[in-house]
Amino acid sequence: MRRRDFFAALGGGIAVLLAEDAGAQQGGRGGRGGQMPQDVGAWLHIGEDGVVTAYTGKVDVGQNSRTSLTAAVAEELRVPVASVRFIMGDTALTPFDGATAGSGTTPNMWPQIRRAAATAREMLLDLAAQKWNVDRSSISIANGKATSGSHTAGFGELTQGQKLIKTISSDVPLTPATEWKVAGTSVPKVAGREIVTGAHKYPSDTRRPGMLYGKILYPPQFGAKLASLDQSAAEAIPGVKVVHEILASPRGAFGSDVVGVAAPDSETASKAVAALRAEWTPAATQPSSSDVYSYFKQNAEGGPASGAGLITYTIAYLAHVPLEPRAAVAEWNEGKLTVWTGTQSPFGVRRELMEHFQLPEESVRVIMPDTGSGYGGKHQGDAALEAAILAKAAGRPVQRNWTREEEMTWAYFRPGAVIEVAGKANPDGAIAEWEFHNYNAGASALRTPYHVPNAREQFHQTKSPLRQGSYRCLAATANNFVRETYMDELARSIGMDPLAFRLKNASNDDRLRAVIQAAAERFGWANRKKTPNHGFGMAAGFEKGGHVATCAEISVTNGEVKVLRVVEAFECGAVVNPEHLRNQVEGAISMGLGGALFEHVEFAGGKISSNRLSRYRVPRFADMPAIESVLLDRKDLPSAGAGECPIIGIAPAVGNAILDATGQPVRSLPMAPQGLVRSAPGTV
Amino acid sequence: MANIRELDVNGTRRRIDADAGRTLLSVLREDLDLTGTKYGCGEGQCAACTVLIDGQPARSCITKVGAVAGKRVVTIEGLAPEGRLHPVQEAFLEADAMQCGYCTSGMILGAVALLRANPNPSDAEIVSGMNGHICRCGTYPRIIRAIHAAAGKGGRA
Repeated sequence: MRRRDFFAALGGGIAVLLAEDAGAQQGGRGGRGGQMPQDVGAWLHIGEDGVVTAYTGKVDVGQNSRTSLTAAVAEELRVPVASVRFIMGDTALTPFDGATAGSGTTPNMWPQIRRAAATAREMLLDLAAQKWNVDRSSISIANGKATSGSHTAGFGELTQGQKLIKTISSDVPLTPATEWKVAGTSVPKVAGREIVTGAHKYPSDTRRPGMLYGKILYPPQFGAKLASLDQSAAEAIPGVKVVHEILASPRGAFGSDVVGVAAPDSETASKAVAALRAEWTPAATQPSSSDVYSYFKQNAEGGPASGAGLITYTIAYLAHVPLEPRAAVAEWNEGKLTVWTGTQSPFGVRRELMEHFQLPEESVRVIMPDTGSGYGGKHQGDAALEAAILAKAAGRPVQRNWTREEEMTWAYFRPGAVIEVAGKANPDGAIAEWEFHNYNAGASALRTPYHVPNAREQFHQTKSPLRQGSYRCLAATANNFVRETYMDELARSIGMDPLAFRLKNASNDDRLRAVIQAAAERFGWANRKKTPNHGFGMAAGFEKGGHVATCAEISVTNGEVKVLRVVEAFECGAVVNPEHLRNQVEGAISMGLGGALFEHVEFAGGKISSNRLSRYRVPRFADMPAIESVLLDRKDLPSAGAGECPIIGIAPAVGNAILDATGQPVRSLPMAPQGLVRSAPGTV
Repeated sequence: MANIRELDVNGTRRRIDADAGRTLLSVLREDLDLTGTKYGCGEGQCAACTVLIDGQPARSCITKVGAVAGKRVVTIEGLAPEGRLHPVQEAFLEADAMQCGYCTSGMILGAVALLRANPNPSDAEIVSGMNGHICRCGTYPRIIRAIHAAAGKGGRA
């Protein structure tokens, strides 16, 4: 459905469209049935029945954006949370959105939705004033009703069958954080009941009439090419349809051949794929997880850095391991394609499908049900494309849910890296020299937040043998790990306490100092007592608009590292939902612990050997320390996202605690895949 | 292999026609449309697929449907009959013990079984009892809190 058709179908009521760029719009000028702007970022509709529906291209992968955005509408429109419905990530119904990424929903979409709701509230005030012929200032709006003296009316009654559409710019005034009544409180997860009863339909739970289950035959090795295929045994299985499509250009390491099956159930599909007899031409030699670090440096654009005294760190590739692997259902209807899939980029997936099938925008609809997590790992449309190819050939809807092994082999990974650092601290604690090089991982948090004159920091593009992509906080986890653990080595070199050393060098950043002090105070840093085999460490940083400081206490027993206690202070402006923010902070610490201590992708010869949960360790209950979060609520600052930044402190805090306990710095992530003793980094 | 014709799920005898070698998980999800039970790993490592079989927690992704003929299977859909939430479900909501919620069905059934065997578990007993369950979003501390809150409120189902 085109947007204009959608609005035609909406019927009476109020629609508010928020244009992202006021300059390109007839800013603030209302109209009825006016032209649809092309750069609308959000919209909101109040029906004649009073039902409030808001629309955004953003999606919820567990970060609770559905709840925070719903609270934004409730706050500005003065309606109960339960009366707001949110349509998210549906390319036919919601405004275009680039992607749910970079902790962008809270700083960008959240104020937009609030502006749309605030405008609708003002329109309702105008309508009520007109209807009752009273002064606007005598009308109050609360609990979904307008009231003035003896007059009272629900929102639907006020619109009186009219269809009012208003396009607004981004300068609409908002309720200040100090006056929030719903926003800023711990509104419970809006889909919570559906989740605890098993009623919520994740993408992999999508069911369509006549639906088949699809599976794809992947190469045995990245880049191997199909030499021959005998599909007769697979086709002999009742109900099985075999598909073989050759693409005009190869789909990365998947190659040019899409070979798959559609079957009545998933196990028959698996049997049918196993019955395909394929021969493969092997790919050229590829680096392995043990020699990839020298490969990064050898292939650096412009050659590697040549600074003197650089110390080398290695960072392993990580798998996102969303508990729901990639999943999609595709359905064709009279040449039009609808796909339900778990993605952080529904519009990006639509683009992939449009390009592959050479279809116009209005012929492809991508719907994103709230999904079983993403962590930056679900931007591409691989499962959607596979489902659509199979469905087209089978003539029926097809579900294509990846297995865990497929998810941990064919998805993309958090980049591995080589990082080199050198520095020098003056006797008074000031950092005098700083040089920092990141190979492959990226430039997020490359620059030190500390005051260092003439810092030299560089990101080196190189080649990656594995498909790689975004992850919570991108390269900031790697860069913060190296910077913050090396900070402690510098502090040691001049005999200074890590807390004092950080505060001295963070003199130019009050927000960073505030979280460092808050974490240290709650942790009891000043009064920590050194005992044998125990260590204490701290780390700090900022990213994606958030400031974080983390303190950790660990024990080391025969090389085994146990994280006992973690205190993390976090500040991301005005807090939108305290309980959900704490949940994000705790979750980020948990996930960060995996990459800090043991998670790492193992590969050789174009194959991933860490392709199952029995071969790739993720944090479990028994790995959890006691966690305390300290939230600094800055109601004077705009709200920033919180899904990413809280992950960057834990690895360096634990690394510094290991240094404290053992006297030995750890210069690789993970730090203790089989305990500290055997954690020597790969050769560089 | 012989086909299984009937399954006792959530107190109801359901007619099916499934190869006995198929997994209970795929039969629940694909034949009976009980999608609250989740696939996470296919090797019994994450417990997202946990169901109760004759009251005992089991990984439905590695349980053959032929092995449960004649036994009582309870899935997450059977835990709140007539919309009345089980105390463990209530406790998960109260503690905000989820983010994406994909592990939640299995977590709740694992917790129900744990509390039935041990109505007032210690932290350490919860950790050892639940350690087979993965929450990749890392809500473990909240799940522990929820299980404590639900403790002593009965383990019906």
